[in-house]
Amino acid sequence: MKRLFLKSVAAAALAVSCVAPALAADITGAGATFPFPIYAKWAEAYKAATGTGLNYQSIGSSGGIKQIRAKTVTFGASDAPLKGDELEKDGMVQFPAIIGGTVPVVNLEGFKPGELKVSGTVLAEMYLGHIAKWNDAKLVALNPGKNLPDQPITIVHRADGSGTTFNFTDYLTAVSKEWADKVGKGAAVKWPAASSLGGKGNEGVAANVNRVKGALGYVEYAYVKKNNMNFLQLQNAAGKYVSPDDTTFAAAAAGADWFSVPGMGISMVNAKGDGSWPISTASFILMYKEPANSAESVDVLKFFDWAFKNGKKMAEDLDYVPLPDALTAQIRTKVWNQIKQK
Amino acid sequence: MNQAMTLPSPPVTDTAPSIRMVEVAQRQRWQDALFHRVTQLFSLLVLLALAGIIVSLFMHALPSFQKFGMAFVWRVEWDIVNEEFGAAIAIFGTLASAAIALLIAVPLAFGIALFLTENCPVALRRPLGTAIELLAAVPSIIYGMFGLFIFAPLFAQYGQPALQSTLGQMPLIGPLFGGATNGIGILAAGIILAFMVLPFIAAVMRDVFEIVPPILRESAYGLGCTTWEVVRKVVLPYTQKGVMGGVMLGMGRALGETMAVTFVIGNANRLPTSLFSPGTSIAATLANEFGEAADFHISALFALGFMLFVITVVVLALAKWLIVRSEKARGA
Repeated sequence: MKRLFLKSVAAAALAVSCVAPALAADITGAGATFPFPIYAKWAEAYKAATGTGLNYQSIGSSGGIKQIRAKTVTFGASDAPLKGDELEKDGMVQFPAIIGGTVPVVNLEGFKPGELKVSGTVLAEMYLGHIAKWNDAKLVALNPGKNLPDQPITIVHRADGSGTTFNFTDYLTAVSKEWADKVGKGAAVKWPAASSLGGKGNEGVAANVNRVKGALGYVEYAYVKKNNMNFLQLQNAAGKYVSPDDTTFAAAAAGADWFSVPGMGISMVNAKGDGSWPISTASFILMYKEPANSAESVDVLKFFDWAFKNGKKMAEDLDYVPLPDALTAQIRTKVWNQIKQK
Repeated sequence: MNQAMTLPSPPVTDTAPSIRMVEVAQRQRWQDALFHRVTQLFSLLVLLALAGIIVSLFMHALPSFQKFGMAFVWRVEWDIVNEEFGAAIAIFGTLASAAIALLIAVPLAFGIALFLTENCPVALRRPLGTAIELLAAVPSIIYGMFGLFIFAPLFAQYGQPALQSTLGQMPLIGPLFGGATNGIGILAAGIILAFMVLPFIAAVMRDVFEIVPPILRESAYGLGCTTWEVVRKVVLPYTQKGVMGGVMLGMGRALGETMAVTFVIGNANRLPTSLFSPGTSIAATLANEFGEAADFHISALFALGFMLFVITVVVLALAKWLIVRSEKARGA
């Protein structure tokens, strides 16, 4: 709920900044809803510092891709990265701007947050509907000594298409062959479990999980923290059990091999490293290599340059993870130099 | 005045006033024609908008209809990742939740309207009537949030177990009340929808009951009829069309309601197995998925929208036909 409040404050600030007489032309961007609060926060601070405003419309990732292809905005934003050949075809570059994480949350009485552990394959089996009770042998084996209740598992998922769902199903696809074959990944998928319920937005999922006893859902990290929700520890690619927090997200970002695919479009799920949270994600920015209006494009780069340098505290306050310095340095030299600046 | 006096006045003949009258008549005819054209234009605009909506919906939906054909209507499938779409789940959820809503709301609205027009003390009439109108003005998102945060927990804790232990034990209809008691699902959506359409139906019914000429009503009472007999034999036959209109208005709202339904229907793309199981409606699916839809998915969503349009038209036509038939039967 607090996040919602922050969002609306940020939106209001953005609206005000748009109404105020523009000193310089405002930067325009559109796309993903997941990073909207931090982009809005950066925009507000950037406006105060430089006088240049940002008009960012959080219309959803696929909307953002459409808008940048139609060239109605200077940058597009998407939670799911475009593939290298698509970028090549459109003459665009892509870089990550902010990192966040998705967290499985539960409603089980008598357990502290993070007390229960689950592996990726077991989580996938729960979402597939194969594991339908909390005292299933596989869950008991992972949690020796814990008194798991004889309670049916109610699966809760996002009803609306979202980057959070993409991130979560991307992870399940990575860890479970059956999930990959039967369901796959996407902003919205066909949920196979017989008990699954859809909630609208992170708020809707959080509300349903908090309401239904024995529920298992997934939300953005900020919702876990703000609502003090009971989460599950996850086993990462290195076999270690980790809890979601700033350090495990950052570890996932550090462990990722960003330049292994063209366009930096790697998936951060199941990232290497002992301390990595396995369901981490980056939100991406799309820009043209040869923009129609070079000055606007330069303004966008200036904005993100400023945000990478000065916006870390703001990102942490909103429970995002800023990009590591080593990565932003590489983005400056390897990606931004591809964009023509007159 | 002076000027008029000094001007040579036209010869006063018998035709003079009639010329003026002809002029007035001509001007009026011209004004009438203009008025007629302008109002005609306004109503044609509605037709044009309607046609525009149908055409653009159909154009965008065409790829889906081409791929799945008529089978789109009864396919039980909604798999976005593999681009396999069918409307059956959403159509079923839409019709079922609207039917439950009307089943609950119509008798209640009928009772409310009757009480307000026949039995209500005059002092209570205004406040009660205003309360109903206020209920109609509550935004649907409020009903949705009320449904999810207040109604659903109570329904899960008290309502559903009670239903399961009573109606759920009966033969034939028992399975309708089976399954997990989560508090949300088709039945919950129907109940919340009933709350929403109740004031519309009640307000229309009250208005049409009030236009029954007092002389008819009082004659019936004078003949010794009970209140129920007056309502059954005088008020209802006289206001049949209006009552049906009210029900249709409520049904239209129930079929197309988006936000409130999205909150409580459960948003599961599966065919519900009982009234407690989660499902989805056409409007809820559109609201949920349009934002992040791409390519073929968008076409499938447009096809769903087109289906909602068709359902609404069919339902309205059916209602009109029912009215006409019953009028014929009464020899009117």
